[in-house]
Amino acid sequence: MTLHVVPSSSTASPAVAVTNLRRAYGSRVVIDNLSLRIERGEFVALLGESGCGKTTLLRALAGLDPIDGGRIAAPRRPAVVFQEHRLLPWDSLWRNVALGLQAPNARERAAAALAEVGLGDRLDDWPRNLSGGQAQRVALARALVQEPELLLLDELFAALDALTRIRMHELVRELVATHRPGVLLVTHDVDEAIALADRILVMREGRIAFEHRTRGHGAQSIARIELLAELGVAAFQPIPA
Amino acid sequence: MLLLSWLAPVVLLIVWELLAQAGWLSPQVLPAPSKVIRTAFKLVVSGSLLNDLGVSLLRAVAGFAIGGSIGFALGILVGFSRVAEAAIDRSIQMIRAIPFLALLPLVIVWLGVGEVEKIFLVALGVTFPIYINTTLGIRQVDPKLIELGRVQGLGTLELIRRIILPGALPSILTGVRYALATAWLALVVAETIGAQSGIGFLAMDAREFLRTDVIVLTIVIYALIGVAADAIACHLERRLLAWHPNYGGAR
Ligand SMILES: Nc1ncnc2c1ncn2[C@@H]1O[C@H](COP(=O)(O)OP(=O)(O)OP(=O)(O)O)[C@@H](O)[C@H]1O
Ligand SMILES: [Mg+2]
Repeated sequence: MTLHVVPSSSTASPAVAVTNLRRAYGSRVVIDNLSLRIERGEFVALLGESGCGKTTLLRALAGLDPIDGGRIAAPRRPAVVFQEHRLLPWDSLWRNVALGLQAPNARERAAAALAEVGLGDRLDDWPRNLSGGQAQRVALARALVQEPELLLLDELFAALDALTRIRMHELVRELVATHRPGVLLVTHDVDEAIALADRILVMREGRIAFEHRTRGHGAQSIARIELLAELGVAAFQPIPA
Repeated sequence: MLLLSWLAPVVLLIVWELLAQAGWLSPQVLPAPSKVIRTAFKLVVSGSLLNDLGVSLLRAVAGFAIGGSIGFALGILVGFSRVAEAAIDRSIQMIRAIPFLALLPLVIVWLGVGEVEKIFLVALGVTFPIYINTTLGIRQVDPKLIELGRVQGLGTLELIRRIILPGALPSILTGVRYALATAWLALVVAETIGAQSGIGFLAMDAREFLRTDVIVLTIVIYALIGVAADAIACHLERRLLAWHPNYGGAR
Protein backbone atom coordinates (compact mmCIF):
# COMPACT_ATOMS: atom_id res chain seq x y z
CA MET A 1 0.00 0.00 0.00
CA THR A 2 2.40 2.69 -1.03
CA LEU A 3 2.88 4.76 -4.14
CA HIS A 4 0.28 6.61 -6.03
CA VAL A 5 0.23 8.61 -9.24
CA VAL A 6 3.51 10.49 -9.42
CA PRO A 7 3.28 13.80 -11.27
CA SER A 8 5.81 14.66 -13.93
CA SER A 9 5.53 17.40 -16.50
CA SER A 10 8.03 17.22 -19.34
CA THR A 11 6.28 17.58 -22.71
CA ALA A 12 7.96 14.51 -24.12
CA SER A 13 6.60 12.37 -21.30
CA PRO A 14 4.08 9.65 -22.12
CA ALA A 15 0.44 9.85 -21.10
CA VAL A 16 1.20 7.19 -18.54
CA ALA A 17 4.11 4.94 -17.67
CA VAL A 18 3.61 1.96 -15.41
CA THR A 19 6.57 0.02 -14.08
CA ASN A 20 6.45 -3.25 -12.19
CA LEU A 21 2.95 -2.62 -10.90
CA ARG A 22 1.66 -4.99 -8.27
CA ARG A 23 -1.83 -5.18 -6.83
CA ALA A 24 -3.29 -7.82 -4.55
CA TYR A 25 -6.59 -8.30 -2.79
CA GLY A 26 -5.48 -9.87 0.47
CA SER A 27 -3.23 -12.77 -0.48
CA ARG A 28 -4.63 -12.97 -4.03
CA VAL A 29 -2.26 -11.24 -6.44
CA VAL A 30 -4.23 -9.80 -9.35
CA ILE A 31 -1.59 -7.63 -11.02
CA ASP A 32 1.97 -8.84 -10.83
CA ASN A 33 4.99 -7.01 -12.14
CA LEU A 34 3.06 -5.31 -14.92
CA SER A 35 4.72 -2.63 -17.04
CA LEU A 36 2.95 -0.50 -19.60
CA ARG A 37 3.52 2.76 -21.43
CA ILE A 38 0.93 4.75 -23.33
CA GLU A 39 1.98 7.73 -25.46
CA ARG A 40 -0.16 10.83 -25.85
CA GLY A 41 -2.50 10.46 -28.77
CA GLU A 42 -2.10 6.70 -28.70
CA PHE A 43 -5.20 4.50 -28.55
CA VAL A 44 -4.60 1.26 -26.66
CA ALA A 45 -7.17 -1.49 -26.23
CA LEU A 46 -6.90 -3.98 -23.39
CA LEU A 47 -8.34 -7.47 -23.83
CA GLY A 48 -8.33 -10.35 -21.42
CA GLU A 49 -10.65 -12.96 -20.11
CA SER A 50 -13.13 -12.10 -17.42
CA GLY A 51 -11.58 -11.67 -13.99
CA CYS A 52 -8.01 -11.29 -15.24
CA GLY A 53 -7.62 -7.86 -13.67
CA LYS A 54 -8.43 -5.31 -16.38
CA THR A 55 -10.71 -3.20 -14.21
CA THR A 56 -8.23 -3.50 -11.36
CA LEU A 57 -5.50 -2.07 -13.60
CA LEU A 58 -7.74 0.74 -14.81
CA ARG A 59 -8.75 1.69 -11.29
CA ALA A 60 -5.12 1.75 -10.21
CA LEU A 61 -4.27 4.04 -13.14
CA ALA A 62 -7.21 6.29 -12.18
CA GLY A 63 -5.83 6.58 -8.66
CA LEU A 64 -9.03 5.07 -7.25
CA ASP A 65 -7.34 2.15 -5.53
CA PRO A 66 -4.03 1.92 -3.67
CA ILE A 67 -1.24 -0.11 -5.26
CA ASP A 68 1.00 -2.62 -3.56
CA GLY A 69 4.18 -2.07 -5.46
CA GLY A 70 5.76 -0.50 -8.51
CA ARG A 71 5.20 2.93 -9.93
CA ILE A 72 2.63 4.81 -11.98
CA ALA A 73 3.87 8.03 -13.56
CA ALA A 74 1.27 10.28 -15.13
CA PRO A 75 1.47 14.00 -15.88
CA ARG A 76 -1.98 14.72 -14.55
CA ARG A 77 -5.04 13.04 -13.12
CA PRO A 78 -6.60 10.91 -15.84
CA ALA A 79 -10.24 11.17 -16.90
CA VAL A 80 -12.42 8.08 -16.58
CA VAL A 81 -15.62 6.97 -18.28
CA PHE A 82 -17.20 4.05 -16.48
CA GLN A 83 -19.40 1.36 -17.94
CA GLU A 84 -22.41 3.06 -16.35
CA HIS A 85 -22.73 6.72 -17.27
CA ARG A 86 -22.80 7.90 -13.63
CA LEU A 87 -24.53 11.19 -14.40
CA LEU A 88 -25.82 13.11 -11.39
CA PRO A 89 -29.61 12.88 -11.73
CA TRP A 90 -30.13 16.18 -9.88
CA ASP A 91 -27.96 18.27 -12.17
CA SER A 92 -28.69 19.52 -15.67
CA LEU A 93 -26.53 18.16 -18.47
CA TRP A 94 -24.21 21.15 -18.60
CA ARG A 95 -23.70 21.10 -14.84
CA ASN A 96 -22.92 17.39 -15.09
CA VAL A 97 -20.31 18.04 -17.74
CA ALA A 98 -18.84 20.94 -15.76
CA LEU A 99 -18.51 18.84 -12.57
CA GLY A 100 -15.08 19.51 -11.12
CA LEU A 101 -14.16 21.99 -13.84
CA GLN A 102 -12.25 24.87 -12.29
CA ALA A 103 -12.87 27.60 -14.81
CA PRO A 104 -14.85 30.85 -14.81
CA ASN A 105 -16.42 30.02 -18.18
CA ALA A 106 -17.45 26.52 -17.10
CA ARG A 107 -20.85 26.74 -18.76
CA GLU A 108 -19.43 27.72 -22.13
CA ARG A 109 -16.85 24.98 -22.02
CA ALA A 110 -19.48 22.43 -21.02
CA ALA A 111 -21.69 23.68 -23.85
CA ALA A 112 -18.86 23.27 -26.34
CA ALA A 113 -18.15 19.74 -25.10
CA LEU A 114 -21.82 18.81 -25.33
CA ALA A 115 -21.97 20.20 -28.84
CA GLU A 116 -19.02 17.99 -29.74
CA VAL A 117 -20.97 14.88 -28.75
CA GLY A 118 -24.05 16.11 -30.61
CA LEU A 119 -26.07 17.27 -27.60
CA GLY A 120 -25.48 21.01 -27.86
CA ASP A 121 -29.21 21.73 -27.74
CA ARG A 122 -29.84 19.86 -24.47
CA LEU A 123 -27.78 21.94 -22.02
CA ASP A 124 -30.54 22.38 -19.45
CA ASP A 125 -32.16 18.99 -19.85
CA TRP A 126 -32.18 16.34 -17.10
CA PRO A 127 -30.16 13.10 -17.40
CA ARG A 128 -33.30 11.01 -16.97
CA ASN A 129 -34.59 12.25 -20.32
CA LEU A 130 -31.65 10.69 -22.16
CA SER A 131 -31.29 7.34 -23.90
CA GLY A 132 -28.44 5.04 -22.87
CA GLY A 133 -26.26 6.11 -25.78
CA GLN A 134 -26.92 9.80 -25.18
CA ALA A 135 -26.08 9.43 -21.49
CA GLN A 136 -22.77 7.78 -22.43
CA ARG A 137 -22.05 10.67 -24.78
CA VAL A 138 -22.56 13.12 -21.92
CA ALA A 139 -20.19 11.05 -19.77
CA LEU A 140 -17.67 11.24 -22.61
CA ALA A 141 -18.10 15.02 -22.83
CA ARG A 142 -17.59 15.25 -19.06
CA ALA A 143 -14.29 13.37 -19.37
CA LEU A 144 -13.02 15.32 -22.39
CA VAL A 145 -13.88 18.77 -21.05
CA GLN A 146 -11.12 18.20 -18.49
CA GLU A 147 -8.65 18.04 -21.40
CA PRO A 148 -7.08 14.88 -20.01
CA GLU A 149 -3.75 13.55 -21.21
CA LEU A 150 -4.94 10.07 -20.36
CA LEU A 151 -8.48 8.83 -20.93
CA LEU A 152 -9.56 5.56 -19.30
CA LEU A 153 -12.59 3.78 -20.73
CA ASP A 154 -13.91 0.65 -19.00
CA GLU A 155 -16.21 -1.34 -21.29
CA LEU A 156 -17.63 1.96 -22.43
CA PHE A 157 -19.72 0.38 -25.18
CA ALA A 158 -20.75 -2.85 -23.49
CA ALA A 159 -24.23 -1.74 -22.50
CA LEU A 160 -25.13 -0.24 -25.88
CA ASP A 161 -27.05 -1.83 -28.72
CA ALA A 162 -25.12 -2.76 -31.85
CA LEU A 163 -26.13 0.24 -33.93
CA THR A 164 -25.50 2.78 -31.19
CA ARG A 165 -22.18 1.09 -30.56
CA ILE A 166 -21.06 1.64 -34.15
CA ARG A 167 -22.04 5.31 -33.94
CA MET A 168 -20.18 5.64 -30.65
CA HIS A 169 -17.08 4.10 -32.24
CA GLU A 170 -17.14 6.81 -34.88
CA LEU A 171 -17.62 9.53 -32.30
CA VAL A 172 -14.86 8.28 -30.02
CA ARG A 173 -12.46 7.98 -32.97
CA GLU A 174 -13.17 11.59 -34.00
CA LEU A 175 -12.92 12.96 -30.48
CA VAL A 176 -9.66 11.17 -29.80
CA ALA A 177 -8.26 12.42 -33.10
CA THR A 178 -9.16 16.00 -32.10
CA HIS A 179 -8.08 16.00 -28.47
CA ARG A 180 -5.28 13.45 -28.73
CA PRO A 181 -5.25 12.05 -25.21
CA GLY A 182 -3.65 8.70 -24.57
CA VAL A 183 -6.50 6.21 -24.39
CA LEU A 184 -6.80 2.90 -22.57
CA LEU A 185 -9.98 1.09 -23.56
CA VAL A 186 -10.96 -2.07 -21.71
CA THR A 187 -13.17 -4.23 -23.89
CA HIS A 188 -14.28 -7.80 -24.47
CA ASP A 189 -14.84 -7.24 -28.16
CA VAL A 190 -11.89 -8.21 -30.34
CA ASP A 191 -13.39 -6.54 -33.41
CA GLU A 192 -13.95 -3.33 -31.49
CA ALA A 193 -10.34 -3.38 -30.37
CA ILE A 194 -9.16 -3.90 -33.95
CA ALA A 195 -11.45 -1.15 -35.23
CA LEU A 196 -10.40 1.49 -32.73
CA ALA A 197 -6.95 0.83 -31.33
CA ASP A 198 -3.42 1.55 -32.52
CA ARG A 199 -2.18 -1.15 -30.20
CA ILE A 200 -3.93 -4.09 -28.60
CA LEU A 201 -2.80 -5.70 -25.38
CA VAL A 202 -3.89 -9.03 -23.98
CA MET A 203 -3.67 -9.39 -20.24
CA ARG A 204 -3.10 -12.75 -18.60
CA GLU A 205 -1.86 -13.89 -15.20
CA GLY A 206 -1.50 -10.37 -13.94
CA ARG A 207 0.62 -8.98 -16.73
CA ILE A 208 0.63 -8.01 -20.39
CA ALA A 209 1.00 -11.34 -22.16
CA PHE A 210 0.62 -10.29 -25.77
CA GLU A 211 0.85 -7.13 -27.81
CA HIS A 212 -0.37 -6.39 -31.32
CA ARG A 213 0.01 -3.21 -33.39
CA THR A 214 -2.81 -2.58 -35.81
CA ARG A 215 -1.29 0.29 -37.79
CA GLY A 216 -1.68 -0.33 -41.51
CA HIS A 217 -4.88 -2.30 -41.68
CA GLY A 218 -5.16 -5.22 -44.05
CA ALA A 219 -3.97 -8.12 -41.94
CA GLN A 220 -7.06 -7.75 -39.83
CA SER A 221 -8.44 -11.24 -40.10
CA ILE A 222 -5.06 -12.69 -39.20
CA ALA A 223 -4.89 -10.34 -36.22
CA ARG A 224 -8.34 -11.46 -35.20
CA ILE A 225 -7.46 -15.14 -35.25
CA GLU A 226 -4.24 -14.47 -33.41
CA LEU A 227 -5.94 -12.39 -30.73
CA LEU A 228 -8.71 -14.90 -30.24
CA ALA A 229 -6.10 -17.62 -29.85
CA GLU A 230 -4.37 -15.52 -27.19
CA LEU A 231 -7.69 -15.23 -25.40
CA GLY A 232 -8.06 -18.98 -25.46
CA VAL A 233 -10.72 -19.06 -28.14
CA ALA A 234 -10.03 -21.12 -31.26
CA ALA A 235 -11.38 -19.32 -34.33
CA PHE A 236 -11.58 -21.90 -37.07
CA GLN A 237 -13.15 -19.63 -39.60
CA PRO A 238 -11.58 -16.34 -40.53
CA ILE A 239 -14.15 -13.63 -41.23
CA PRO A 240 -14.63 -13.04 -44.96
CA ALA A 241 -12.52 -10.13 -46.19
CA MET B 1 -64.59 11.64 -10.19
CA LEU B 2 -63.36 14.75 -8.43
CA LEU B 3 -66.96 15.90 -8.08
CA LEU B 4 -67.98 12.56 -6.66
CA SER B 5 -65.16 12.55 -4.13
CA TRP B 6 -66.37 15.92 -2.81
CA LEU B 7 -70.01 14.86 -2.78
CA ALA B 8 -69.90 12.73 0.38
CA PRO B 9 -68.35 15.35 2.68
CA VAL B 10 -70.69 18.05 1.39
CA VAL B 11 -73.75 15.87 1.93
CA LEU B 12 -72.50 15.02 5.41
CA LEU B 13 -72.15 18.72 6.19
CA ILE B 14 -75.67 19.48 4.93
CA VAL B 15 -77.19 16.62 6.95
CA TRP B 16 -75.32 17.84 10.02
CA GLU B 17 -76.65 21.37 9.47
CA LEU B 18 -80.21 20.13 8.98
CA LEU B 19 -80.09 17.93 12.09
CA ALA B 20 -78.82 20.85 14.14
CA GLN B 21 -81.42 23.24 12.72
CA ALA B 22 -84.20 20.74 13.46
CA GLY B 23 -83.03 20.62 17.05
CA TRP B 24 -82.21 16.90 16.94
CA LEU B 25 -78.58 17.69 17.68
CA SER B 26 -78.12 19.59 20.92
CA PRO B 27 -75.82 22.63 20.42
CA GLN B 28 -74.06 21.43 23.58
CA VAL B 29 -72.98 18.30 21.72
CA LEU B 30 -72.38 19.59 18.22
CA PRO B 31 -73.22 23.09 17.03
CA ALA B 32 -74.47 23.65 13.48
CA PRO B 33 -71.74 24.34 10.90
CA SER B 34 -73.32 27.71 10.23
CA LYS B 35 -72.98 28.58 13.89
CA VAL B 36 -69.30 27.65 13.82
CA ILE B 37 -68.79 29.91 10.82
CA ARG B 38 -70.55 32.81 12.55
CA THR B 39 -68.42 32.29 15.64
CA ALA B 40 -65.28 32.26 13.51
CA PHE B 41 -66.34 35.53 11.91
CA LYS B 42 -66.98 37.16 15.29
CA LEU B 43 -63.67 36.01 16.71
CA VAL B 44 -61.80 37.24 13.64
CA VAL B 45 -63.45 40.65 13.85
CA SER B 46 -62.64 40.96 17.55
CA GLY B 47 -59.04 40.13 16.67
CA SER B 48 -58.66 37.40 19.29
CA LEU B 49 -58.67 34.51 16.82
CA LEU B 50 -55.86 35.90 14.68
CA ASN B 51 -53.90 36.72 17.80
CA ASP B 52 -54.19 33.17 19.14
CA LEU B 53 -53.44 31.72 15.73
CA GLY B 54 -50.32 33.87 15.51
CA VAL B 55 -49.14 32.70 18.92
CA SER B 56 -49.64 29.05 17.98
CA LEU B 57 -47.87 29.41 14.64
CA LEU B 58 -44.96 31.17 16.28
CA ARG B 59 -44.55 28.30 18.75
CA ALA B 60 -44.71 25.78 15.93
CA VAL B 61 -42.19 27.63 13.76
CA ALA B 62 -39.77 28.24 16.63
CA GLY B 63 -39.94 24.62 17.80
CA PHE B 64 -39.58 23.35 14.25
CA ALA B 65 -36.60 25.55 13.54
CA ILE B 66 -34.79 24.55 16.71
CA GLY B 67 -35.60 20.83 16.53
CA GLY B 68 -34.98 20.74 12.77
CA SER B 69 -31.56 22.37 13.10
CA ILE B 70 -30.49 20.04 15.88
CA GLY B 71 -31.75 16.96 14.05
CA PHE B 72 -30.10 18.03 10.79
CA ALA B 73 -26.78 18.86 12.45
CA LEU B 74 -26.70 15.56 14.34
CA GLY B 75 -27.73 13.72 11.18
CA ILE B 76 -24.91 15.29 9.17
CA LEU B 77 -22.41 14.52 11.92
CA VAL B 78 -23.41 10.88 12.23
CA GLY B 79 -23.85 10.48 8.47
CA PHE B 80 -20.29 11.56 7.79
CA SER B 81 -18.35 10.38 10.79
CA ARG B 82 -18.06 6.77 11.89
CA VAL B 83 -16.73 8.03 15.20
CA ALA B 84 -19.78 10.23 15.79
CA GLU B 85 -22.00 7.32 14.79
CA ALA B 86 -20.36 5.00 17.31
CA ALA B 87 -20.52 7.69 19.98
CA ILE B 88 -24.08 8.95 19.72
CA ASP B 89 -26.25 6.94 17.34
CA ARG B 90 -27.22 4.26 19.84
CA SER B 91 -28.21 6.81 22.49
CA ILE B 92 -30.37 8.66 20.00
CA GLN B 93 -32.03 5.46 18.82
CA MET B 94 -32.82 4.55 22.44
CA ILE B 95 -34.32 7.93 23.26
CA ARG B 96 -36.29 7.73 20.05
CA ALA B 97 -37.98 4.55 21.26
CA ILE B 98 -39.81 6.65 23.87
CA PRO B 99 -43.02 8.16 22.50
CA PHE B 100 -41.99 11.79 22.93
CA LEU B 101 -45.38 12.80 24.36
CA ALA B 102 -44.71 10.46 27.29
CA LEU B 103 -41.99 12.89 28.33
CA LEU B 104 -44.51 15.68 28.82
CA PRO B 105 -44.88 15.37 32.63
CA LEU B 106 -41.11 15.41 33.00
CA VAL B 107 -40.80 18.40 30.69
CA ILE B 108 -43.39 20.25 32.76
CA VAL B 109 -41.46 19.50 35.94
CA TRP B 110 -38.29 20.84 34.31
CA LEU B 111 -39.65 23.84 32.51
CA GLY B 112 -43.08 24.61 33.97
CA VAL B 113 -45.95 25.26 31.59
CA GLY B 114 -44.69 28.40 29.87
CA GLU B 115 -43.58 29.08 26.31
CA VAL B 116 -40.27 27.27 26.77
CA GLU B 117 -42.00 24.01 27.61
CA LYS B 118 -44.21 24.25 24.51
CA ILE B 119 -41.39 25.06 22.13
CA PHE B 120 -39.24 22.38 23.73
CA LEU B 121 -41.91 19.73 23.18
CA VAL B 122 -42.33 20.70 19.53
CA ALA B 123 -38.57 20.70 19.01
CA LEU B 124 -38.33 17.28 20.63
CA GLY B 125 -40.93 15.86 18.27
CA VAL B 126 -39.17 17.34 15.24
CA THR B 127 -35.58 16.40 16.05
CA PHE B 128 -35.88 12.64 15.62
CA PRO B 129 -37.58 12.33 12.24
CA ILE B 130 -35.18 14.90 10.79
CA TYR B 131 -32.17 13.18 12.35
CA ILE B 132 -33.12 9.72 11.18
CA ASN B 133 -33.93 10.70 7.64
CA THR B 134 -30.80 12.82 7.28
CA THR B 135 -28.46 9.98 8.31
CA LEU B 136 -30.45 7.53 6.21
CA GLY B 137 -30.28 9.82 3.18
CA ILE B 138 -26.54 10.30 3.48
CA ARG B 139 -25.95 6.55 3.80
CA GLN B 140 -28.06 5.85 0.74
CA VAL B 141 -26.08 8.06 -1.63
CA ASP B 142 -24.78 5.89 -4.46
CA PRO B 143 -21.10 5.11 -3.74
CA LYS B 144 -20.48 5.04 -7.48
CA LEU B 145 -21.41 8.71 -7.70
CA ILE B 146 -19.08 9.52 -4.81
CA GLU B 147 -16.32 7.69 -6.65
CA LEU B 148 -17.15 9.70 -9.76
CA GLY B 149 -16.79 12.88 -7.70
CA ARG B 150 -13.29 11.80 -6.73
CA VAL B 151 -12.41 11.01 -10.32
CA GLN B 152 -13.57 14.50 -11.32
CA GLY B 153 -11.28 15.93 -8.66
CA LEU B 154 -13.87 17.32 -6.23
CA GLY B 155 -12.64 18.35 -2.79
CA THR B 156 -14.45 17.17 0.32
CA LEU B 157 -16.68 20.24 0.59
CA GLU B 158 -17.56 20.18 -3.10
CA LEU B 159 -18.28 16.46 -2.82
CA ILE B 160 -20.72 17.13 0.01
CA ARG B 161 -22.35 20.07 -1.76
CA ARG B 162 -22.61 18.62 -5.27
CA ILE B 163 -23.18 14.92 -4.57
CA ILE B 164 -23.93 13.89 -0.99
CA LEU B 165 -26.48 16.50 0.05
CA PRO B 166 -28.47 16.41 -3.22
CA GLY B 167 -28.43 12.63 -3.03
CA ALA B 168 -29.73 12.71 0.54
CA LEU B 169 -32.33 15.39 -0.14
CA PRO B 170 -35.31 13.15 -0.98
CA SER B 171 -34.91 11.37 2.33
CA ILE B 172 -34.38 14.63 4.23
CA LEU B 173 -37.56 16.10 2.78
CA THR B 174 -39.49 12.99 3.75
CA GLY B 175 -38.22 13.65 7.26
CA VAL B 176 -39.39 17.27 7.07
CA ARG B 177 -42.85 16.19 6.06
CA TYR B 178 -43.08 13.66 8.84
CA ALA B 179 -41.69 16.21 11.33
CA LEU B 180 -44.40 18.71 10.39
CA ALA B 181 -47.02 16.21 11.48
CA THR B 182 -45.30 15.49 14.81
CA ALA B 183 -44.69 19.20 15.41
CA TRP B 184 -48.37 19.84 15.05
CA LEU B 185 -49.31 16.99 17.35
CA ALA B 186 -46.84 18.22 19.97
CA LEU B 187 -48.27 21.71 19.76
CA VAL B 188 -51.85 20.55 20.27
CA VAL B 189 -50.86 18.57 23.34
CA ALA B 190 -48.65 21.31 24.78
CA GLU B 191 -51.30 23.97 24.30
CA THR B 192 -53.97 21.88 25.94
CA ILE B 193 -52.06 22.10 29.21
CA GLY B 194 -51.70 25.44 30.93
CA ALA B 195 -51.66 27.80 27.99
CA GLN B 196 -52.54 31.50 28.36
CA SER B 197 -52.95 32.05 24.64
CA GLY B 198 -52.96 30.13 21.40
CA ILE B 199 -55.50 27.95 19.61
CA GLY B 200 -55.29 25.30 22.33
CA PHE B 201 -55.97 27.92 24.98
CA LEU B 202 -58.99 29.04 22.99
CA ALA B 203 -60.32 25.49 23.04
CA MET B 204 -59.71 24.91 26.74
CA ASP B 205 -61.18 28.28 27.62
CA ALA B 206 -64.28 27.45 25.58
CA ARG B 207 -64.57 24.14 27.37
CA GLU B 208 -65.11 25.96 30.67
CA PHE B 209 -68.18 27.63 29.20
CA LEU B 210 -69.37 24.65 27.15
CA ARG B 211 -68.85 26.68 23.96
CA THR B 212 -68.77 23.73 21.60
CA ASP B 213 -68.90 26.07 18.61
CA VAL B 214 -65.51 27.51 19.57
CA ILE B 215 -64.12 24.04 20.27
CA VAL B 216 -65.21 22.75 16.89
CA LEU B 217 -63.72 25.87 15.32
CA THR B 218 -60.31 25.20 16.92
CA ILE B 219 -60.41 21.60 15.70
CA VAL B 220 -61.12 22.82 12.18
CA ILE B 221 -58.28 25.34 12.42
CA TYR B 222 -55.83 22.66 13.57
CA ALA B 223 -56.90 20.54 10.62
CA LEU B 224 -56.58 23.38 8.12
CA ILE B 225 -53.11 24.32 9.31
CA GLY B 226 -52.04 20.69 9.16
CA VAL B 227 -53.24 20.49 5.57
CA ALA B 228 -51.54 23.77 4.71
CA ALA B 229 -48.22 22.62 6.21
CA ASP B 230 -48.38 19.40 4.25
CA ALA B 231 -49.15 21.31 1.07
CA ILE B 232 -46.11 23.52 1.62
CA ALA B 233 -43.90 20.47 2.19
CA CYS B 234 -45.34 18.87 -0.93
CA HIS B 235 -44.65 21.98 -2.97
CA LEU B 236 -41.10 22.09 -1.61
CA GLU B 237 -40.56 18.48 -2.66
CA ARG B 238 -41.84 19.14 -6.12
CA ARG B 239 -39.61 22.15 -6.57
CA LEU B 240 -36.41 20.80 -5.02
CA LEU B 241 -36.81 17.32 -6.49
CA ALA B 242 -37.86 18.34 -9.97
CA TRP B 243 -35.09 16.04 -11.25
CA HIS B 244 -36.52 13.04 -9.44
CA PRO B 245 -38.78 10.74 -11.47
CA ASN B 246 -41.03 10.17 -8.45
CA TYR B 247 -41.62 13.83 -7.66
CA GLY B 248 -41.21 16.28 -10.53
CA GLY B 249 -43.57 15.60 -13.41
CA ALA B 250 -42.31 15.30 -16.97
CA ARG B 251 -40.57 18.43 -18.11
N1 LIG C 1 -12.77 -5.56 -4.20
C1 LIG C 1 -12.26 -6.77 -4.47
N2 LIG C 1 -11.92 -7.60 -3.46
C2 LIG C 1 -11.40 -8.83 -3.71
N3 LIG C 1 -11.17 -9.30 -4.94
C3 LIG C 1 -11.48 -8.53 -5.98
C4 LIG C 1 -12.05 -7.22 -5.81
N4 LIG C 1 -12.26 -6.67 -7.02
C5 LIG C 1 -11.84 -7.59 -7.90
N5 LIG C 1 -11.38 -8.70 -7.31
C6 LIG C 1 -10.84 -9.89 -7.97
O1 LIG C 1 -9.76 -9.48 -8.76
C7 LIG C 1 -9.76 -10.17 -9.99
C8 LIG C 1 -9.74 -9.19 -11.13
O2 LIG C 1 -10.96 -8.46 -11.15
P1 LIG C 1 -11.26 -7.36 -12.26
O3 LIG C 1 -12.54 -6.73 -11.91
O4 LIG C 1 -10.08 -6.50 -12.41
O5 LIG C 1 -11.44 -8.27 -13.55
P2 LIG C 1 -11.76 -7.82 -15.04
O6 LIG C 1 -10.63 -8.25 -15.88
O7 LIG C 1 -12.14 -6.41 -15.10
O8 LIG C 1 -13.01 -8.76 -15.36
P3 LIG C 1 -14.28 -8.46 -16.28
O9 LIG C 1 -13.79 -8.61 -17.69
O10 LIG C 1 -15.22 -9.55 -15.93
O11 LIG C 1 -14.77 -7.10 -15.95
C9 LIG C 1 -10.99 -11.06 -9.99
O12 LIG C 1 -10.58 -12.37 -9.70
C10 LIG C 1 -11.84 -10.52 -8.89
O13 LIG C 1 -12.54 -11.55 -8.27
MG1 LIG D 1 -13.98 -5.31 -15.51
